[in-house]
Amino acid sequence: MFLHRQVIDVGIFAKLFGTKERRLQEQKYKIGMAKTRGGSLSNLKAALYGAKAIDDALFDRLEEIFIMADLGVDTVVKFTAALRAEVKKRAITVPRELENIIVDKMFELYLQGQIVDANIPYVEGGLTVILVVGVNGTGKTTSIGKLAYRIKAEGKKVMLAAADTFRAGAIEQLKIWGVRVGCPVVAKNEGADPSAVVFDAIRLAKAEAYDVLLVDTAGRLQNKVNLMKELEKIDRTIRRELPSVPIVTYLVIDATTGQNGLSQAKLFNEAAKVTGIILTKLDGTAKGGIVLAIRDELGIPISFVGLGEKLTDLEQFDVEGYIYGLFADFFD
Amino acid sequence: MAFENLTSKLQMTFRRITGKAQLNGSDIDEMMKDVRLSLLEADVNYKVVKDFTDEVKELAMGEKILKGLNPGQQVVKIVNDELVKLMGGETALVNFTSNRPYTVIMMVGLQGAGKTTTAGKLAWFLRKNHAKKPLLVAADIYRPAAIEQLRTVGAKLEIPVFDKGIDIDPRDIVKLALKRAESDGNDLVVIDTAGRLHINETLMDELVDIKKIAKPEEILLTVDAMTGQDAVNVATAFHAALGVTGCILTKLDGDTRGGAALSIRKVTGVPIKFSGTGEKLTDIEVFHPERMATRILGMGDVLSLIEKATEEIDEHEAMSMMEKMMSGKFNFVDLLKQMKMIKRMGAFSGILKMLPGMGAIADSPKIDDKQIVYIEAIIHSMTEAERKNPELLERSSSRRNRVASGSGRSTTEVNRLIGMLDKQRQMMKRMSQMNPETAEKAQSGMLPGLGGPIKQTPGKGKGKGGFRI
Repeated sequence: MFLHRQVIDVGIFAKLFGTKERRLQEQKYKIGMAKTRGGSLSNLKAALYGAKAIDDALFDRLEEIFIMADLGVDTVVKFTAALRAEVKKRAITVPRELENIIVDKMFELYLQGQIVDANIPYVEGGLTVILVVGVNGTGKTTSIGKLAYRIKAEGKKVMLAAADTFRAGAIEQLKIWGVRVGCPVVAKNEGADPSAVVFDAIRLAKAEAYDVLLVDTAGRLQNKVNLMKELEKIDRTIRRELPSVPIVTYLVIDATTGQNGLSQAKLFNEAAKVTGIILTKLDGTAKGGIVLAIRDELGIPISFVGLGEKLTDLEQFDVEGYIYGLFADFFD
Repeated sequence: MAFENLTSKLQMTFRRITGKAQLNGSDIDEMMKDVRLSLLEADVNYKVVKDFTDEVKELAMGEKILKGLNPGQQVVKIVNDELVKLMGGETALVNFTSNRPYTVIMMVGLQGAGKTTTAGKLAWFLRKNHAKKPLLVAADIYRPAAIEQLRTVGAKLEIPVFDKGIDIDPRDIVKLALKRAESDGNDLVVIDTAGRLHINETLMDELVDIKKIAKPEEILLTVDAMTGQDAVNVATAFHAALGVTGCILTKLDGDTRGGAALSIRKVTGVPIKFSGTGEKLTDIEVFHPERMATRILGMGDVLSLIEKATEEIDEHEAMSMMEKMMSGKFNFVDLLKQMKMIKRMGAFSGILKMLPGMGAIADSPKIDDKQIVYIEAIIHSMTEAERKNPELLERSSSRRNRVASGSGRSTTEVNRLIGMLDKQRQMMKRMSQMNPETAEKAQSGMLPGLGGPIKQTPGKGKGKGGFRI
């Protein structure tokens, strides 16, 4: 269900969102992102329906709308260029016909001709380690709580490792999530070596045949060399303990993040190969468009989105739902 | 990355519109395109960028181009000045009351902006700089362990923390906290509220109630400096509900350009009062509009060059140095002065970086600021007589050895320095006898002389020709 086919044919727009079932499916995203109605992309409809012709003024307006969604200057420039080319190719003159093209091109931008699988790549019959990284305040610990809940619901044995030994209260916070979800938390004291916590946790998880170990790390700004080295060390520790299995690393990005998200993705990916992104706080007015720029420039896909405060408010990323959210005003 | 492209593009624009006395419409338009792009890349809100560039355009029209600047630089200067003006302005940092025993500061913001940490930092700052006796209040009952976090922060800073656990309404916590402040003689109360989305009406109502109860002198909105276009929505919503009195920009120690600062100020008019600049609990600063402007504009290199070129080099000093060089009597005392002038302008590699087209060279390991330190050490190990009369050293190897051991450098390096000075003197002598055009050419030859100790290749010396002092 979450394997996305490559979308190329015209009119997919109507097919995707035409049915009532589809609409229900998107309801969750709508709740999350529909509050953005007053915001930037709601103007898309107005722009397309209000324009008399497809001209520079309309493209300027589109650029504005995309930039307001934090898609990023470079990606927007590239994206509108692709739109212009398509308009020329198909000899379209009516602005409203751009609807389909915008949605199609957005799909293309995200899918990049690949099949994007948002499922967690579990290690069959062994321990899967999920390392959760990101800058300060993006919601790593909360996302881990939600992930643990989700994975546990799949019938797996889950353990948490409190490798954020820096921030005051971080260990406590994870322990509270552990109690809520009902899974053990491996922790040392504040100030302990995070790699040592991870080492102990892996040993314990293996000995007690856990399926999944979720590792919470301290928030770090990606330009702090020492902290990134610390992260590399954590990554190395995991790889040394589990040499032949892939490590799942999720980068948590706050939907309100602007262009800096690109730098975050780039530098975290260098320190610990990032498998996917968890886009948090999408229930606000921010669109989180920077993840499209990250996908466009670095190829990193989005795996989950955080849509609220409840344990259940973590959804597997669904590109259709997300793009629906971006363009929700088309469907009113 | 994008920024480098921008800088080089800017230089192209500079070149195109050089040599005019006044700014005209098309120059400004040309420059404004770059400025606009730069601001957008810094996450300044799209609409703010538009308004701002329109305003600056008006201002720049017909503006006289300052001596020593080209039109492009002049535009950048105007833009920067406006940014500083817009984000700065006179505002009291914190309004302390005298109507009741304590001043109340309420910290509000989205989740993860850094309220709890900043509450601690701010209490520390005001205790240190305003001799306040703060009380931190834990009114975040929602986020797991938020209270523990504030307690830990308080313990580290030795600031008392008032909390009542999580089974109590935040409104009641605040009421009790104010009583406690009064009985304990705390003249500053900093309330850490829970992070919330600005569209969460229930939680926003809670803040409105807390405001009614605490009647805070300051309501400070904590904003993550990495925030993108949404910063405007967030700030507007919080301001509309609460009447925010100031902003604190956090995580400025990251590599974000921080355009949110401009957006918020321009749209809500709320001043930015503090910035969070690091992981330590003492990493808080009064907001610096100048630094922020440079950072947002992303043209720091051009700006520093403008500033430094117009201010730092004392023209008289430079002129007398020039005369001295031309006379061929240039000695080590003068060389030392020359070094100091260069140093005053900033790190050597940094200066190179500021010069158009020199960025790449400056990054190469060959340019070493240490070399300047070494040269200074060698000169400092010379006697007064030797400095004024380099021939003394040229004639005596024992003098050279003494200088070498005195400065901790090798004799070869001392020899090289002497040779360099000699070459420079000859070059200068020749130049003074030439006509201006040939002199211009000869300059490129002058610097390879200096190239010995600085280890520059002759080709690279050219850029440095800018510093003909």
